[in-house]
Amino acid sequence: MNQQIIIAGFGGQGVLFTGKFMAYAGLYQGYEVSWLPSYGPEMRGGTANCNVVISDQPVGSPIVINATSLIAMNAPSLEKFEASVVPGGKIFVDSTLITAKVSRADVEAFYVPATQLAGDNGLKGLSNMIMLGKFIKETGICEAALIEKTLKKVVPPKKAELIEKNMQAIQMGYKL
Amino acid sequence: MGEKFLMKGNEALGEAAILAGCRNFFGYPITPQTELAAYMAKKLPKVGGVFLQAESEVAAINMVYGASAAGKRVMTSSSSPGVSLKSEGMSYLAGSDLPALIVNVQRGGPGLGGIQPAQSDYFQATHGPGHGDFRLLVFAPSTVQEVVDMVFLAFEKADEYRMPSMILADGILGQMMEPVEFPESAHVKTFEKPWATNGMQGKRKKNIVNSLYLQPDELERENFKRFERYQKICDTEQRWEEFMLDDAEVVVVAYGASARIAKNAIRAAREKGIRAGLVRPITLWPFPEKILREKAKTAKAFVSVELSMGQMINDIRLAIECTKPVYLCNRVGGMVMTPDEIEAVIVKAQGGAK
Repeated sequence: MNQQIIIAGFGGQGVLFTGKFMAYAGLYQGYEVSWLPSYGPEMRGGTANCNVVISDQPVGSPIVINATSLIAMNAPSLEKFEASVVPGGKIFVDSTLITAKVSRADVEAFYVPATQLAGDNGLKGLSNMIMLGKFIKETGICEAALIEKTLKKVVPPKKAELIEKNMQAIQMGYKL
Repeated sequence: MGEKFLMKGNEALGEAAILAGCRNFFGYPITPQTELAAYMAKKLPKVGGVFLQAESEVAAINMVYGASAAGKRVMTSSSSPGVSLKSEGMSYLAGSDLPALIVNVQRGGPGLGGIQPAQSDYFQATHGPGHGDFRLLVFAPSTVQEVVDMVFLAFEKADEYRMPSMILADGILGQMMEPVEFPESAHVKTFEKPWATNGMQGKRKKNIVNSLYLQPDELERENFKRFERYQKICDTEQRWEEFMLDDAEVVVVAYGASARIAKNAIRAAREKGIRAGLVRPITLWPFPEKILREKAKTAKAFVSVELSMGQMINDIRLAIECTKPVYLCNRVGGMVMTPDEIEAVIVKAQGGAK
């Protein structure tokens, strides 16, 4: 296992949260993990991104330069990080918000209309979890049986009522 | 040890400090260490501690002085420009032989600089933290778990040697999350402080905590006494990690977050048949001269990897008495080197030693 993941989008789309889920999923499966957010003024309403490493080796650099996967939640993120993905890597695109296509032929592209699906199914604000569901299916970073346990860990106790909706969103993405 | 969970370096540092018995935090907010102060603001009042956001960094470090003089375990934290403001206070702490923990989550400089990770306060931490002849114990963690472990050590060693200690981290370590587990608080080592100004209660003569000595012979004597202690620290407290070092021809020296990147580069170089290894200083003062001097006998060349314009490289040269070439691999201003950039310098060092 050596997953080098970049998740990027607008602040507020749950980019950092999605990364945290992945890191915990890795931890629960016995892997070495790291999670590194972008920080500073860009957090305040601008772009947000985070780097997650899940590996069977101790994590050296937590900075992802050669990504095995990218989740792009908006157009600037796809533009900025598309070149960071290794040949054979996977790019997940929220196709509701990004009209452009992945320009490279040497990567696998997955187009998920996550924002649209979230809106249509009463899961507003959970497009990130729909993307995550698809991501889990295509990369196998989290055993199905661990999804709920991981979710319970990363959702703060005072927002526990959201666990069910999050679960629904992940399943929706997983089935795509 | 309990369950492993994910925590940011800044928050893990705060939690460890509380477990280590620190109940006094004085600070002033600055990116990228603010989560640490925020964590203390939330948690310290719940355990009967004091969190105080002072009106400035200068005020905060002097509050640290006061709490330490009263015998309390105390800390402050900041990032580069804020630590500069604390330098007068650090000198006073050292001159008064007071223990305290100062945390620097470094960012790019000089001046206000930037807010992204850097290691350009190396000189400040290890050579010139303030006016006068004095030293700080300087610890440089490289993982979030090590941040935790080092907080305990930094407090203990500060008490043991009656001097301020510093944890020199950087924006990457402060902001990243990694799995951590915390030791039981029962392991906390505490020290008697018969010198503390904590009330005579009619039982003893008064204690005076002071750094003013108007008689030059007396002040000289105090300096010599302090430097005897520093010598003992140099002899006994050098700490480092070795990575693939045994047969290394090229010895990379890197600390903190850069050391993590250096490990990736060394693995890659090994795959190409280059015998590279790493000495990772865990204490920056005392600098791990012993291992470098030892390695200078067999290594072809050294590489200093740092997020600064070539600061630690001088200490490497001094440690090995310039017997081998020392190459520099650096990025600054918040930029961070890639493993490939380090590997390129390793290759150069391996072939280019003259």
